[in-house]
Amino acid sequence: MRECYIYDAVRTPRGRGRLKDGALAEATPLHLAKTVLQSVVARGGFDSAAIEDVLLGCVEPAGEQGANIGRLAALAAGYAETTPGFQINRFCASGLEAVNTGAAKVKAGDADLVVAGGVESMSRVPMGTAGGAWATDPAIAFPTYFVPQGISADLIATMQGFTRSDVDAFAVLSQRRAAAAWREGRFARSVVPVVDGLGVTMLAHDECVRADTTTESLAKLEPSFKVMGESYGFDGVALQRYPQVERIEHVHHAGNSSGIVDGASAVLLGSREAGERLGLKPRGRVVTSVSIGSEPCIMLTGPSFAAKKALARAGLGVGDVDLYEINEAFASVVLLFMREMGIDAERTNVNGGAIAMGHPLGATGAMLVGTVLDELERSGGRRALVTLCVGAGMGTATILERV
Amino acid sequence: MAILEYRVEDGCAIVTWDQADRSMNVVNAAALEALDAAVVRAVADADVKGIVLTSGKKGSFVAGADLAELEKLGAGPFDAADLAKRTGEVLAQLRRMETCGKPVVAALNGLALGGGYEIALACHRRIVVDARGAKVGLPEATMGLMPGAGGTVRLPRLIGIANALGVILEGKQLAPDEALKKGLVDEVVPEGELLAAAKRWILGGGSAVQPWDQKGAKVPGGGIDSTGGLQTLMGSVAMVHANTFGNYPHAKAILSAVYEGMRLPVERAARVETRYFLSLLAGPVAKAMLRTLFFGMQNASKGTRRPKDVPPFEVRKLGILGAGLMGAGVAFVAAKAGVDVVLLDRDEAGAEKGRQYAVDRLQRDLAKGRTTQEKVDATLARIRPTASYDDLAGCDVVVEAVFENREVKAAVTKRAEAVLTERAIFGSNTSGLPITGLAEASVRPANFVGMHFFSPVERMQLVEVIRGRETSDETLAKTYDFVRRIGKTAIVVNDARSFYTSRVFGTYITEGAELLRSGVAPALIENAGRISGMPMPPLALSDEVGLDLMRHAGEQAKIDLGERFEPSAMGDAVELLVGRLGRHGRKNGKGFYDYRPDGGKSLWPGLGEHFPVGAAQPDAREIVQRYLLAQCLETARCIEEGVVTSPEDCDVGAILGWGFAAYTGGPCSYMDTLGIARVVEICDGLAARLGKRFAPPALLRDMARDGRTFYAS
Repeated sequence: MRECYIYDAVRTPRGRGRLKDGALAEATPLHLAKTVLQSVVARGGFDSAAIEDVLLGCVEPAGEQGANIGRLAALAAGYAETTPGFQINRFCASGLEAVNTGAAKVKAGDADLVVAGGVESMSRVPMGTAGGAWATDPAIAFPTYFVPQGISADLIATMQGFTRSDVDAFAVLSQRRAAAAWREGRFARSVVPVVDGLGVTMLAHDECVRADTTTESLAKLEPSFKVMGESYGFDGVALQRYPQVERIEHVHHAGNSSGIVDGASAVLLGSREAGERLGLKPRGRVVTSVSIGSEPCIMLTGPSFAAKKALARAGLGVGDVDLYEINEAFASVVLLFMREMGIDAERTNVNGGAIAMGHPLGATGAMLVGTVLDELERSGGRRALVTLCVGAGMGTATILERV
Repeated sequence: MAILEYRVEDGCAIVTWDQADRSMNVVNAAALEALDAAVVRAVADADVKGIVLTSGKKGSFVAGADLAELEKLGAGPFDAADLAKRTGEVLAQLRRMETCGKPVVAALNGLALGGGYEIALACHRRIVVDARGAKVGLPEATMGLMPGAGGTVRLPRLIGIANALGVILEGKQLAPDEALKKGLVDEVVPEGELLAAAKRWILGGGSAVQPWDQKGAKVPGGGIDSTGGLQTLMGSVAMVHANTFGNYPHAKAILSAVYEGMRLPVERAARVETRYFLSLLAGPVAKAMLRTLFFGMQNASKGTRRPKDVPPFEVRKLGILGAGLMGAGVAFVAAKAGVDVVLLDRDEAGAEKGRQYAVDRLQRDLAKGRTTQEKVDATLARIRPTASYDDLAGCDVVVEAVFENREVKAAVTKRAEAVLTERAIFGSNTSGLPITGLAEASVRPANFVGMHFFSPVERMQLVEVIRGRETSDETLAKTYDFVRRIGKTAIVVNDARSFYTSRVFGTYITEGAELLRSGVAPALIENAGRISGMPMPPLALSDEVGLDLMRHAGEQAKIDLGERFEPSAMGDAVELLVGRLGRHGRKNGKGFYDYRPDGGKSLWPGLGEHFPVGAAQPDAREIVQRYLLAQCLETARCIEEGVVTSPEDCDVGAILGWGFAAYTGGPCSYMDTLGIARVVEICDGLAARLGKRFAPPALLRDMARDGRTFYAS
């Protein structure tokens, strides 16, 4: 089978996902996607007709993100009309799934060059816009013990014994690392500013990082999912699935969960031949990638299962990977992942994560590919593993190798 | 057979539903066919402007579907396609009525429930009389069923999804003013003005088009895909799931019918409803709930097992000995039912304190608008606190509710009987002392009977009547009449240690202690209790009962039983908790749980030290089975020993008495549903692992061998 190489990876900065003051709220999701798609071609200096597919992850494919934003973004970016596009939804891992699917096409020989990424304007197309049956149709909600993710994250913390101060301490670490990474320019290679129609910059930095966060400042925040859990029945539902738990400790809040932001990402993937033909220099290769299903009520335990399966498939051990990048959906998810993998924070999310910078749902997975590739290059590491927890009980993981 | 009467009056067709052979109209195929014909006739008559549908029965419109017929449908071979077709015809008839082109008014002269109210929903206007006993609603959910004649289709479209789900899921029966407020009816009129109001609306140009058939019709509060609709569904699904533990298929089916149906045209939504309705009819839960909660309860209330040849016993005056919690509760309930009460205690102050119980509760009802000052005054006037036994003269019934102590009980019995006539019966309220023994203090043991009330008396529907060795049939019959008179339901059991309810209920909390002793995590013990459908988990329940009381009862049992006494896990647990650790339960803020001043509680962390949690934990489903089967087996033993003779009494008593999981229909019903052979098989397996408390009694083995069930025979 052919190798799939990563030739480039870009992302927008992440803007606060709020209509009243988010820096990117005036940019349509189409505009965000267009920004990264154009950047990939411009930086590579090749004709977009060489791109054989555009795969965009998007978790709320409705409204202005609906009706196949993959194709529409390609057209908006001025790609050749012969370049098709489609939209992918693996919930929070959509962006990574786009990369994995694109890589699979290249490896299989069905495409030589693709762009894979994602887009999410959480300000303009809020969570829940696309609807869905899970929470509302008894035929699926009952048998799977549906609860909102925050309840699942709190359930993980409860079962693992992660206290409020544990999760808050991790949040502070994420903020400190993200701030340091920005200060040292570690994201410089990947981040492309979003500019408006006049050419004026709308946003060049991640908008939500709070370098001054402390465990004391976080301690003041009210838990976000306590009312929902205790007054709307969700704790009761979760305890039916996990009856060994007496009660759920609600430890997550806005400060130790991923931020709601706007953003887009794109990764250029191709065969060795395509790179040579277009004069592109490979930065890394996609070693292997998997997605798995896990218990949907607790929902967010998938990453370690996915990571272990990916490692096994690649014939690697935990120690063969230099950097782990796990999406910081909630602090307990990261703490659980480190515990399950037997790894420490020194190898995990070394430049911070979504708790500090935000999680633009469909875009995040492909953003992490760029982030970790930059870090491998900076630190001289060889391999990295990117993973995300996924709604409805799934996990997606990808192992990358610097070349 | 006459079903509907048709006449034309002031340009309106008055269709009067009056089934000749019944005291109440019920929805059945013949009635609906007659209704269909009446609609056709009215539409064809150019002089008729609209139709008024009303009833010829006093105080009731249509009481709903014929539950006996429904039960038969569920019991027989189930031809889903045929039933769906027949239900479809009913729904099509109702649809024809609401689209007939002429306005149809439901003139509700009283009860309009279930199918009756669903017919009213297919009319263009609902007018109800402001009369006592007039109720509208869809009570199907209270029997494990759901509306099956368009109720889940029309009500959400009429009053909005959230409001309709509330009404349907709770199965509430609404009084006229509340029904008007919630939009279930359009108008409330005084009695006698019903037909005039109906005709007035028709002649005033009432619309013959349902709201949902109007152009651009919108669901009040937003359709299923609106933000409000989605939030309602999401919230309702979670709450129903959390509260029913998935034990009640009807609740889920109601949500599904609304979720799936609200996107469809009315006719097609009705087909979705039919599928869910019939699936419930085919399943075991509705069958079990109908059997016990409707037929069983009805039989018990009617006194089906009351000795027949004793003339009805009128109870005008009730004497109560002991104005403590139970005595005061009985006094309150009886006075509310219109019985004069003499409430006797050692001194006036004690008796007055008992009367105060009624005062407090009535004041609370008054504050909440549930009663009137007039009624409060009348009720309180019926309670006469006293310390004099002479005031008991002329009592028809005396209920003794003093401390559970044989000597005290004997003494008050003698003093009361001295002033009673031979006609009066004497009931001893005890939860466990054998009645035959207590009757030894009586000069008229034939008139002596056990009356086990439950606390709080005003909320607990059951009275466990205990027949002593000497208790006469006449006394038993009189007891039935008394219990009915004060609005309670009686089951009759024979005299045996702990009778029926306390004895079986005890196995549930004992099983909790057994699990604790065997290393099962306390949280799992408790959550499995909730999942089983019992109203409270076993350890929390023990704390409520009082660990010290349980210890005391155990010590008494040890004395009473001598060599036959068998130590139990609960006995050991309370010995440790009460005897060594001073943990008495909720009353002193520490038992299996720690109780916080704010009313919260959490499992006592120290339990782990005394009951180490094992590495391997059982599945919650297995624990649920243990809880239910432990109670089932004890029930079977009670039947085998002749403590209870009627499975129906067992089931009614279990659900009313200690809240046995209602979805099962009670322990006998549950065993029938599982299959007796299967019960024996499971219990043999459990007995092999857990000991002889799970050994099935010979009765069950015989029944399994002969293929008998509790109810079929």
